[in-house]
Amino acid sequence: MDTTQIADAPPPIQPPAAEQKRAARGATRPGDRIFLGFSRGSGILLLVIMAAIAGFLTYRAVLAISKDDGNFLTTFEWNTGTTPPVFGIAVLAYGTIVSSIIAMVIAVPVSVAIALFLTHYAPRRLRGPIAYVIDLLAAVPSIVYGLWGALILVPHMNGLFGWLNDYLGWTGIFSWQGGAARSMLTVGILLAIMILPIITNVSREVFRQVPQMHEEAALALGATRWEVIRMAVLPFGRSGIISASMLGLGRALGETMAVATVLSPDFLIHTSLLDPGGGTFAQNIASKFSEATEFGRDALIASGLVLFVITLLVNGAARAIIARRKEYSGANA
Amino acid sequence: MKLQRMNRRALALGALAVSGALALTACGSDETGNPDGGSSNAAAPSNIKCDDASGQVLADGSSAQKNAVDAWVKQFSAACKVEINYKAGGSGAGVTAFTQGQVPWAGSDSALKPEEVKASQKICSGGQGIDLPMVGGPIAVGYNVPGVDNLVLDAATIAKIFDSKITNWNDPAIAKLNPDAKLPNLKIQAFHRSDESGTTDNFTKYLIATAKKDFPYEGGKAWQAKGGQSAPQSSGVAAQVKQTAGAIGYFELSYAKDGIKTVAIDTGAGKPVEATVDNATKAIADAKVVGTGKDLALELNYATKAEGAYPMVLVTYEIVCDKGNKTDTLPAVKAFLRYAASEDGQKILAENDYAPMPDDIIAKVRTTVESLS
Repeated sequence: MDTTQIADAPPPIQPPAAEQKRAARGATRPGDRIFLGFSRGSGILLLVIMAAIAGFLTYRAVLAISKDDGNFLTTFEWNTGTTPPVFGIAVLAYGTIVSSIIAMVIAVPVSVAIALFLTHYAPRRLRGPIAYVIDLLAAVPSIVYGLWGALILVPHMNGLFGWLNDYLGWTGIFSWQGGAARSMLTVGILLAIMILPIITNVSREVFRQVPQMHEEAALALGATRWEVIRMAVLPFGRSGIISASMLGLGRALGETMAVATVLSPDFLIHTSLLDPGGGTFAQNIASKFSEATEFGRDALIASGLVLFVITLLVNGAARAIIARRKEYSGANA
Repeated sequence: MKLQRMNRRALALGALAVSGALALTACGSDETGNPDGGSSNAAAPSNIKCDDASGQVLADGSSAQKNAVDAWVKQFSAACKVEINYKAGGSGAGVTAFTQGQVPWAGSDSALKPEEVKASQKICSGGQGIDLPMVGGPIAVGYNVPGVDNLVLDAATIAKIFDSKITNWNDPAIAKLNPDAKLPNLKIQAFHRSDESGTTDNFTKYLIATAKKDFPYEGGKAWQAKGGQSAPQSSGVAAQVKQTAGAIGYFELSYAKDGIKTVAIDTGAGKPVEATVDNATKAIADAKVVGTGKDLALELNYATKAEGAYPMVLVTYEIVCDKGNKTDTLPAVKAFLRYAASEDGQKILAENDYAPMPDDIIAKVRTTVESLS
C-alpha cells in the first residue's frame, strides 16, 4: 500500500521515489523470484501428481467395473478369473472401516494418556527415554509387526477371546467358537499398536504448546493438576488430537502387510469380531496382486480407488472438524 | 542438553544398524551373484549341451515350480556361461511379462488362455506362445488331528470338508472311510489359500471333476467356497495346519514337512493312494495332450482309477514362442529347456518333491524344444 502510493507520487520528489521503487523491487530480487517459482512449481506439481493418480485409478477402475457381473459395491465375492468375473468391495470396505475403528478406539485414549503423562506427570529424566522408545515403535517395519502378530499375538489372544465370549458373547459381536484368533479384533489391536507412536508424538507436541499462562492461571484459581489438564490442556489441544488421530487413522486404513499376515481373509461379513475372516482393501490387493491377470489387477485398482476416496473423505472430515475449532488451533497460538 | 546427547546416541545406534544392514546385504548379493562357485564347477554334469548359449536370461512366473527351476539353474549355470534369473512373481505376472515381451520364457500353473495366445502373437513374430509341461507336483492334503496317523478320504468327503458341509472330525462320512481310526470329537478347521494360486486352481479342478455335486463352484485361482479359514502361500497354509489342532489344508507336497501328515485318497482303485512323487507321475501319465500344433497343454484325468495314481496333481508349463523367439536369448533358453527336459533334468525334480513328466509326454516336449526357433 505504502510503496504504491509513493511510487505514484508526483515527479518533483523523484529521487526518493526511485529509491522507494528499488526497495519495493527488493521484494522480488532474483533469489525471491526463484524461490517463488520453485514453491509455486512444487505446489502445481503436487496437484498434477494427485490428478494423475486419480486419473489412472479411475481409468483402470472403469475398465474393470464395466465388466463386473456382480454389483461392485455390494457383492460378497472376489472372483476375477471366472467368466463372467464377479467381484465387489462390500466385505473389504466393512473390514477396513471396522479394523480401523477398533484401532482408533484403543489407540487414541492410550496415546493421549501417554502424551499427557510425558508432558505433565513424568519426571523429567523419564521423558526422553519414553519418547525415544515410542519413536522406535514407529520405526519397526509393518511386516515385523505382522510376524510378531501371527507368531506371538494370535496364539496369546485365546484368553482374551474366551473372556469376551463368556461375558459379552450374548451381544453377538463378541461370540467365539474357538480356533485361531486371526480375526478383525486381533487386527484392530495390532493396528492400534502400529498407529500409537504417531498419535502420541503429535499430541505431545500439541500439549507442550499449551500457553504456560493458561495453566498457571488455572493453578492460581486452585485447580488440581487433573483439573488443569481438563480445563486448559485438553480444550487447547483438541484440534491437535483430532489431527493426530486422523494421521493415525490414515495409517490404519492403508496398512497392508501386517493385516495380510495376521488375518485369515474371506469374503463374508461376520457379525462377531472374534470370528476369523473378513478383509481390508490393502490386504486384498497385496494378497491377490501377484497372481492376478491384467483384468484382475484392474479390479484390484478399482478397489484401490475406493480406498483412495475413503481416505480423502476421512481427511476432509478431519479438516472440517479442525476448521470449526480454529480458536483452539495450536499452530496459531 | 540431556536430550541432545540422547539424540546423538540414537544417531550412532542408527548408523550402526544401517551399516550393519548394508554389510549383511552385501554378503547376500555376493552369494546369489555366484551360484557357480569353484567347487560346483567340478561336479557339473558333462552332458549339458550349451551350444553357443551365453548371456543373461530373465524369466518370471509360477512360484510353484521355483524350487525346481532353482535346482536346474544351479546345474545348468555350472556348465554353461548363462545367467538365468527366475523371478517367481506368480503365474499371472509371468504370463503378463511374457506377452509384453519382457521375458523370453515364463512359467505358469495353467495353460495359456486363447486371449493370451493372441496377445503372444505380437511378440513372437510369425509364431505364438506355447505351453511345455515340464514339472509335475502332487498337491498334498495335510491334516492335524491328534491321535490319527493314517487318514483316508475320498473326493466327495474332501469337497464337503472344504465346503463346510462336514464340520466335525467324528462325522460318520469320515468314520466310514477310516474304520480303524479313533476320530476325536473336534471341530474341523479347513484352511485354503488367501492369495490367488495355481494350487487352488488345480485343487478345485480336481474336486469339480470328481465331486461336482458336493463342490458346486466354477473353480479358478481364487478360492470360491464360503467359510473356512485362509492363509497366504503354501507355506502359510502348512504352518497353520501344523499349529492348529483339527486343521486340514492343501499345499504342494514339498511343504508337507516337519511332521505334517498327509491324506491318502480313495480314488476307487484297490488301495488308497498316498501323496508321493511317483504316484503323481502315474496320474499325469493318464493325461491327454489337448494343445494344438506345438502347444502341449495337458488335460489331466482327475477321475483316474489307475492303481497307485495320485490324481490331485498340478502341472506347471514353461511358456515360450514356438517361432520368432528373440535371437539374443534363443540359444540360452533352448539349451536350458533342453536340459530341463532331459533325463538328468527330470531326475532332479524327484529329489525336490516334484514329479517328473511321464516318458511319452516328456518325449514330445524334447522334440518341441529342439524345434524352437
